[in-house]
Amino acid sequence: MTEKIRKRDGLIIFSEYEKFSGLKKALSLSQDDILFELKSSNLKGRGGAGFPISTKWMLTAAAQSSEKYVVCNADEGEPGTFKDRVLLKEMPYLIFEGMIIAGYTIGAKKGIVYLRGEYNYLVNPLNEFLDEMKNENLLGENILGKDFSFEIEIFSGHGAYVCGEETALLESLEGQRGEARNRPPFPVNRGYKGFPTTVNNVESLSTVPHIIMKGGSWYSQFGTEKSKGTKLISVSGDCEKPGVYEIEWGTSIYDLLELVKAENTKAVQVGGASGVCVNKSQFDRTIAYEDLSTGGSIMIFNESRNMLAILKNFMEFFVEESCGQCTPCRIGNQKLLAFVEKIIQNEQTFSELNKIKELAETMKIASKCGLGQSSPNPFLSILENFKEEIFDSNSRGKYEHV
Amino acid sequence: MFVNEKEKILEFIDTIIDKHGIERTSLLPILGEIQEKFKCVPEFAQQRVAKIMDIHPVEVYSVVSFYSFLNVEKKGKYILRVCRSVSCDLAGKEKVVNILERELGLKIGETSADKKYTLEYTNCMGLCDEAPSLAINDQVYTKLTTEKLYQILSEIKENK
Ligand SMILES: Cc1cc2nc3c(=O)[nH]c(=O)nc-3n(C[C@H](O)[C@H](O)[C@H](O)COP(=O)(O)O)c2cc1C
Ligand code: SF4
Repeated sequence: MTEKIRKRDGLIIFSEYEKFSGLKKALSLSQDDILFELKSSNLKGRGGAGFPISTKWMLTAAAQSSEKYVVCNADEGEPGTFKDRVLLKEMPYLIFEGMIIAGYTIGAKKGIVYLRGEYNYLVNPLNEFLDEMKNENLLGENILGKDFSFEIEIFSGHGAYVCGEETALLESLEGQRGEARNRPPFPVNRGYKGFPTTVNNVESLSTVPHIIMKGGSWYSQFGTEKSKGTKLISVSGDCEKPGVYEIEWGTSIYDLLELVKAENTKAVQVGGASGVCVNKSQFDRTIAYEDLSTGGSIMIFNESRNMLAILKNFMEFFVEESCGQCTPCRIGNQKLLAFVEKIIQNEQTFSELNKIKELAETMKIASKCGLGQSSPNPFLSILENFKEEIFDSNSRGKYEHV
Repeated sequence: MFVNEKEKILEFIDTIIDKHGIERTSLLPILGEIQEKFKCVPEFAQQRVAKIMDIHPVEVYSVVSFYSFLNVEKKGKYILRVCRSVSCDLAGKEKVVNILERELGLKIGETSADKKYTLEYTNCMGLCDEAPSLAINDQVYTKLTTEKLYQILSEIKENK
């Protein structure tokens, strides 16, 4: 129990906070004031892409439309990520406050939480929480006596990683296959049902009430020059203290490993299956948009692990989750996986290796959405950073055992 | 499928339509509710939904086939999904699978003849800090040990 409390200790999101105070204060401010604070906070999207929140909200606010929407992306499907689950479970008020503030700022009356199907056990508690908020007039008509009404609905996903991509998510909300859309138009202009929509990650939204309470310049004193504030990270794998931590941007891998009590670490996968894998010589690198960017997943592998087996696991994931809409991703991931299997059998050749690397680079450029653009990351980084182990079958463990 | 099950499903669809409405945005919630109750969305159910919503049945099928939690063939009353993502793999998902396969007499991907159990893999369920993990329908079980698995199995076996 004490361990849990220790972990839930943090500078911003996990700091002391009076429920609904951010929302109450926001509704007493003008929309411009809110946008100003967000802009000076430099808060960027925490779902992975890192787009500035203030810009997204400003664009949606500026769009002329009879209807607008706020969508909370709670699809959290990136392997190794679970920080949004902790927020949904332990601090739903922060998320809902963030959504209502978004609605107030951009001029939307409705918010939708796209909750991954794997988190269906959270639907009832979240709905009960929403009911309580309605009873306290924090949701519904004329919130807190203001000329502003807002409602929130929970929408369940049905098991598709790609639906975390914002345009695939919108397709899914509209009752379609979760296939990414071409952009432009961007959701801020044409989103849910064609109306201007801001799609934000759970953590991004949860940060907003804190910024409203303490100010944008207070927030931006934390972190690095280009990455302001803090990040929730989900740590798993070979360490004594896995869990969710709030760290300041700019924390090194080395310091992080010490914090979670990891020993004999050989590799760290930063950013989930679609992230990059670093070796010991890179542990002085930092978690920041400008260095090792992550939506929140950190997976730790110790000396006993087989990197090829880990890579195979990642590539199987992408082959299965590719929506199949575009060729570079659909066929490309299959080829990358087939090559990994070839290495396992010791049948790869050097010329094939060069060709497959070229293919991986092409996938990054030619794929339609972030899935196919980032699935080559683990492939390229593991092959590069662990080449001795990977291309020398004697130094590998048995591949059945990760 | 038994005739009365078919009728039951069609009747069920008719009773939930009012609640959801027939806008396209209601399609997934409707299909999800059918799936949850009957563990499948068979073709005749897709046709009924298509008719009510005034869309082509192929549209409904293309949606059902896209999502891994929707299926045409009936699955078990208990769908056991073992996480196979890396963190659960590191923590021993192989052992979990071995025990479940042995105890249920099923291989991954199979449904028991009496339609009581389905055993399958799933991708990361966001429980990596409590690996290895397993979901049975909407309920999750974490930090699985042999002992814990036996206990879970005996609970669902008793529960007819
Ligand atoms: C394949 C794929 C999966 C994604 N999954 C998620 C997710 O689960 N949650 C999330 O917030 N963003 C996810 N994203 C990023 C979203 O597309 C989008 O950038 C984000 O929701 C915007 O919110 P933010 O600006 O607050 O980060 C994913 C992107 C891709 C390409
Ligand atoms: S990159 Fe992959 S997931 Fe994205 S649209 Fe293309 S096939 Fe679908």
